[in-house]
Amino acid sequence: MAQFEKANPSIKVKPVEYQWTAPSFAAKLAAGTLPTVFEVPFTDARTLGDNGQLADLTGGARALPYFSKYNKAVLAEGTDSKGRIIALPKGAYAQALHYNRKLFAEAGLDPNKPPKTWAQVIRDALQISQKTGKAGYVQMAKDDNTAGWILTTLVYTLGGRMEKGSGKDAVATLNNAQTVTALNMLKRMRWTDNSMGSNFDYGWSDINQAFAAGNVGMYVSGSDVYTNLVQASKVDPSIYGLAALPIAKSKNAGVLGGGTEVAVKPTVGDAEKSAALKWIDFFYERPLVTKARARQNASTLAANKQPVGVPALPLFNKKQYDLANTWIKPFINVPLGQMKPFLTDIFGQTLIPEPAASTQSVYHALDPVVEAVLTDRNANIQSLLDQANKTAQAAISSGK
Amino acid sequence: MDAIAEIEVEGAALARRQYRVRRSPLTWVRGGGLSTLLFVLPRLLAFGAFSWYPIVRTVVMSLQHTNLVESPTWVGFDNFRAVLNDPLLPIAVKNTAYFAFLALIFGYPVPLAAAVLMSEARRGRSLYSVLAYLPVVIPPVVAVLLWKTFYDAGSVGVFNTVLGWGHLGPYPWLQSQSWAMPSLVLESTWANAGATVIIYLAALTAVNPELYEAAAVDGATLWQKVWHVTLPQLRGVLLVTMILQIIGTAQVFLEPFLFTSGGPANATLTVLLLIYDYAFGNSLGGDYGMATALSLMLAVFLALFSLAYLRATRSWSTE
Repeated sequence: MAQFEKANPSIKVKPVEYQWTAPSFAAKLAAGTLPTVFEVPFTDARTLGDNGQLADLTGGARALPYFSKYNKAVLAEGTDSKGRIIALPKGAYAQALHYNRKLFAEAGLDPNKPPKTWAQVIRDALQISQKTGKAGYVQMAKDDNTAGWILTTLVYTLGGRMEKGSGKDAVATLNNAQTVTALNMLKRMRWTDNSMGSNFDYGWSDINQAFAAGNVGMYVSGSDVYTNLVQASKVDPSIYGLAALPIAKSKNAGVLGGGTEVAVKPTVGDAEKSAALKWIDFFYERPLVTKARARQNASTLAANKQPVGVPALPLFNKKQYDLANTWIKPFINVPLGQMKPFLTDIFGQTLIPEPAASTQSVYHALDPVVEAVLTDRNANIQSLLDQANKTAQAAISSGK
Repeated sequence: MDAIAEIEVEGAALARRQYRVRRSPLTWVRGGGLSTLLFVLPRLLAFGAFSWYPIVRTVVMSLQHTNLVESPTWVGFDNFRAVLNDPLLPIAVKNTAYFAFLALIFGYPVPLAAAVLMSEARRGRSLYSVLAYLPVVIPPVVAVLLWKTFYDAGSVGVFNTVLGWGHLGPYPWLQSQSWAMPSLVLESTWANAGATVIIYLAALTAVNPELYEAAAVDGATLWQKVWHVTLPQLRGVLLVTMILQIIGTAQVFLEPFLFTSGGPANATLTVLLLIYDYAFGNSLGGDYGMATALSLMLAVFLALFSLAYLRATRSWSTE
């Protein structure tokens, strides 16, 4: 920050503690207490832009020297329906399988050979729960859209999709055959194998806590979750293992990807906007493209005992990503060896973006279905999905 | 007659005029008007800004479509229609009624029984009062988070461990659609009983002790004393605490929000949680119109219900 202010004496940066949360975002925006620069998930940037809730960065963004090198798909996440650039990428992740190497070993499984098919996941989960008494496989199942998010991830790996088309004309396809298969997998682990433990209301952060506490064999979350595991839950690095998700042999099967965008609040004047862009360029983007900034960033993080080298997806291209990783090599402090199963497989997997229309509403419609399957032995999967599909379709059609 | 009446009227008008003349700003200030106004002003401002302004805004917003950033558009009663057509509304109403019912069956008699027993105690009454009131002092969020660990559904959860000693369980507590709501009521009763106990204890001291003595002379048991003396004497307070509890439980939010977020599978989705979901559940800004519309409907319903309740029980409470 001091370096930035030195280079830009007319700009004063005031850091604030900020976490993007759905309930507070709109209220903060309306109340004018939103920071000038803030992060939003891929899922929401476009719609927020369409709703006039993010500043138009098109001019300044196009002037960035590396602008033309962005991965087009990544850039599209920050471009609204009128073609305006309303956010720039900070980082991207792919969904991955996180597993506890210690529990694998205790259960007599090879920690270097995580499951490669869902059948193996089910088998390993059973073995872990029987041998160690811990939950073999757990899944986020909270009413805050995380349940729907992870179910969608599973469905993608089986080759299914939650919707067809885009915008208000998109057709909801939540009740597809792959969703039924995914839910039946959960049903089997929960009720037949009893390998999912006894808590079925995990959200994003408490599932991380449970994993860091050593109570979870395997779970699905973003490939960059290790940062939170270290920062918030002080995970013992030696238990951590990261693998790519099992992908079914179907041409549509792939892995769900997402990420974080950096945006500017819509009410700023021109001077503040250009200052904000300078800061985004300096703080978020340069470390990805220039050696000196990358090393500087990594050394600061490492000195503060923050994770450096957590697996992410390239914002530009694989070559640039690999190059940037060689710059920061001396500072990498995450157990890369234990992440090898992920790093070897991920670049061969097809990356599929989240459902484009009414993403959060689609996830929200799926939440109670996942909850029902995990808390009611006799849940009728097909009728629950048909109902969820209706709910999602109504949300899509009304643009919510 | 008419003439006299006219004169009288004129006289009255004259007196009024004279009165008005006498009430100059100066006399008003001297009479203490200014200090009264000064004292009442902060309250008026606070009440206006934090109570009446939001109420008026709620009414306005329920007729609008707004994301709080772009200028709002008027949509008439569309928000009300959308709420009434929401398939989640009947579920939320049913769950709220279920919570209110369970709280009435289990939560309502508990403080009364505790108060009667405590007033019967000869020693340590203040200790019991402190123990009963302690849960009210604990911040609700802390209490819920504490109980959440008690409710751990594994065999290592606090409740399941204790019940396990008696070879019971493990029970799913919050992890089952049928167990979740009773679990919330249990915590809520524990958390809220203390305040009502204190009200009952105060009311009990107002009961004429001669009535108990007379009953004792007649050879009444404790139960008979409670049934024939205590309850009839407390009926006014009992009726008020009941309507307060019904209004309170109709607005239950904290427990389902913190314990279950309305899950599993909407089994604990209450009306207030649905309002919250409308406004804040969707990360893209939410539907403030629908949220305010449902809030208004709930407020009107509770007002009408309270009125009907007071009407129906008026003769009973002031007999």
